[in-house]
Amino acid sequence: MVGSKKNTVYSMLVLLPSLILLLIFVYGFIGNSFYVSLTDWGTGAALRENPLKNLIGLENYRQLFTGAIHDRFRQDLVNAIFYSLFLVAGTLGLGLFLAIMLDKGPKGENTLRTVFLFPMALSFVVTGTIWRWIFSPKGGVNLIPTWFGKERGEFLWLSSREQVAVFNWQNVPQIVALILFIIFALLLYGGWKKGRQTQIIWGAVLSGLMLFYALVLHNLLPPIIPYEEFHGFSLATIGIIIAAVWQYSGYTMALYLAGLRGLPVAMYESAKMDGASDITYYLKIAIPNMWPITLSAIIIISHISLKLFALIFSMAGADNASTGHPSVLMYLITFRANNFAVGAAISVILFLMAALFIIPYLIQSYRARR
Amino acid sequence: MKKGLTLLITLLLLLPMVSVWAGGQQEGAAEAEETEAVVAPEVELDYGKPSGDLEIFSWWAGDEAPALNALIDLYNDDYPQVEVINATVTGGSGVNAKAVLKTRMLGGDPPDSFQVHAGQELIGTWVAAERMLDLTPLFESEGWLDVIPEDLINLIGTENGIWSVPVNVHRSNVMWYIPENLEEWGVEAPQSWDDFLEIADDLEAEGVVPLSLATNWTVNHLWESVALGVLGADKYDGLWNGELSWTSDEAVEVWATLDEILEYTNDDFSSLSWQQATDLVVDGDAAFNIMGDWAAGYMSTTLNLEPGNDYMWAASPGTEGVFMFLADSFGFPKGVKNPAATLSWLKTCGSLEGQDTFNPLKGSISARTDSDLSKYNDYSRSAAEDFADNRIVGSLAHGVTANEGFMNDFATVMEMFLNNRNPEQAANAAQAIAIQNGIVSR
Repeated sequence: MVGSKKNTVYSMLVLLPSLILLLIFVYGFIGNSFYVSLTDWGTGAALRENPLKNLIGLENYRQLFTGAIHDRFRQDLVNAIFYSLFLVAGTLGLGLFLAIMLDKGPKGENTLRTVFLFPMALSFVVTGTIWRWIFSPKGGVNLIPTWFGKERGEFLWLSSREQVAVFNWQNVPQIVALILFIIFALLLYGGWKKGRQTQIIWGAVLSGLMLFYALVLHNLLPPIIPYEEFHGFSLATIGIIIAAVWQYSGYTMALYLAGLRGLPVAMYESAKMDGASDITYYLKIAIPNMWPITLSAIIIISHISLKLFALIFSMAGADNASTGHPSVLMYLITFRANNFAVGAAISVILFLMAALFIIPYLIQSYRARR
Repeated sequence: MKKGLTLLITLLLLLPMVSVWAGGQQEGAAEAEETEAVVAPEVELDYGKPSGDLEIFSWWAGDEAPALNALIDLYNDDYPQVEVINATVTGGSGVNAKAVLKTRMLGGDPPDSFQVHAGQELIGTWVAAERMLDLTPLFESEGWLDVIPEDLINLIGTENGIWSVPVNVHRSNVMWYIPENLEEWGVEAPQSWDDFLEIADDLEAEGVVPLSLATNWTVNHLWESVALGVLGADKYDGLWNGELSWTSDEAVEVWATLDEILEYTNDDFSSLSWQQATDLVVDGDAAFNIMGDWAAGYMSTTLNLEPGNDYMWAASPGTEGVFMFLADSFGFPKGVKNPAATLSWLKTCGSLEGQDTFNPLKGSISARTDSDLSKYNDYSRSAAEDFADNRIVGSLAHGVTANEGFMNDFATVMEMFLNNRNPEQAANAAQAIAIQNGIVSR
């Protein structure tokens, strides 16, 4: 008992330096960013040695989501969601496919494994520069049809301004409420199935509230912005998504390959004995057994998708709004427009988005350890 | 036990957040009192003999580098004991350099001298932040007040002082073309945007892009030429001094005209650099390009074309007799490491020899009225004549008329406009950002 107490003291002493550094340079600065986002730092002489700051509450956030001049932020937010969705789906799908192919142990497996992993060793700037050439509208992939005697491709890639799946920003609260309704309804259903009373009550109350808002309240309240504003999936982002998937699917392949190799051979053999085909084995047995790997891959890739700044900056440039991302906009607003408070508000929003991905993961792994 | 420890750690983590917040609040309260303008310290004229390292920060890389290098060579002839560190950050119009500069200035590591657009871009950002030295004594001792036009001095200075040494003057509203090609296509340089729209269909029928355009900032550059052409010089100035509303019919008309013009541009413009847009004209793929006269430097110095023969120019449609200017300048930041070298650098920048070495290569004209025009090419001579007798207005895209906040927000408004092509909405958004950035009062 005495020994363990001594150990605790020592371990605390050893941890202390990094704990202090973390407190200042991570959490202290997060706190400072949050404070700056509540001020009006940026009007007038923003770059003075002791700039004037007044607290203005959540005004910057209100402006970002509903102000007329922050149209670009809202499109960037939509872009960020699509970047995350497609990057996760793309890298997981392609990585799994490559892993299954390699799992069969083809000739030259070692070489192929290295080839697929190599892109990850590149920095985003290198990837961005290469793919920028590949997607240049007058060259690159657009020239491929000419090899077969056809016309040059017309798609503008990163310069495209087309959007699909366009929606009105005024309807966003309704859409969010409906999504939450579905989540809470599932909660209700789960509770009902397992007979948990509190879960049933909570699920019923929350899903009811969401449905009430979406169907009744939303139509009664004034719209969040006074005019219709349309956002959607920018086709220009396809180029960025392809480059990012190219870079990271080797990584998910490595994760999945390790997972597949970690499954006991007996599992495969008994599946075969019962007459399962390879497809059945992978779909029904291997993939469900690799759920923890899929989960950590989702967490890692989705937080990479929030850090696409370097790729977008080198591939499309910071000014190209069609491929925009909140992190790029944060750079522009902070360092070009000197509007530090709004820039800080954007970074706080990005921080919350990252937390959205990471906190459930932390909770889950904490529970698993207990 | 475990729960308690977790709670303790969480509280510990939250502590700095709270303390920083509290500290910040006091900070704001303390500063609210001192709002009065402090008179900036003046530059001293005797820092001793220059030696050591001199770091010059600019965005003159690539095609604009030869001019800067010539100026540095000239400086080193006079001050061989100073080691010049040429710190350039690439990106047209300083898009990347300015951000790097800000982090360095905020971090207390100012370069010994840095390139900055004369006008509001310098004043609204660095002078307002009290980070520059007043150069009035230097202007007096070097006699620059007599040779630099008063209009220009007024734009680089405020009532509290003169803040930078202009090294060049550029013209923004220039339209470039290849005379041989125009002859072949049977068109002439348009005098107004209506003229342009008339011939644009014919040019497209020939398979030629009527007007070449490049990456996003060049669209803002085009906008200011269109605005000047549509509004005329007085009303254009009115946008900046609050006499003309951004939502007035005339201002909406600017956007509507731009909308029509954009129909006749290359559709891959946002992936091109300004040089590539110039190349389109030189290669005969496009008829016209509107760009500042650094394009003359590019065509003369890099592409070896002869001005007046291989390529021609005209004031952008509807702006004959008006000179929309912008100027690069070097200032003296507070707290530099080597003030003696900085002072000597500024002297070289403002000297007749320095300006006449730099500008012929850069494609710009000297900010001094006594410059030796025989050293310049045909284009620059014509620009110098226009500068002497034209009406002068300032450029938006290059930092003369509006502060950086407005410039950045305007780029966002432009993006919005390029996506929805709605002149009314763009005009309203422009009014909103003009209010927000203090260009017009509410």
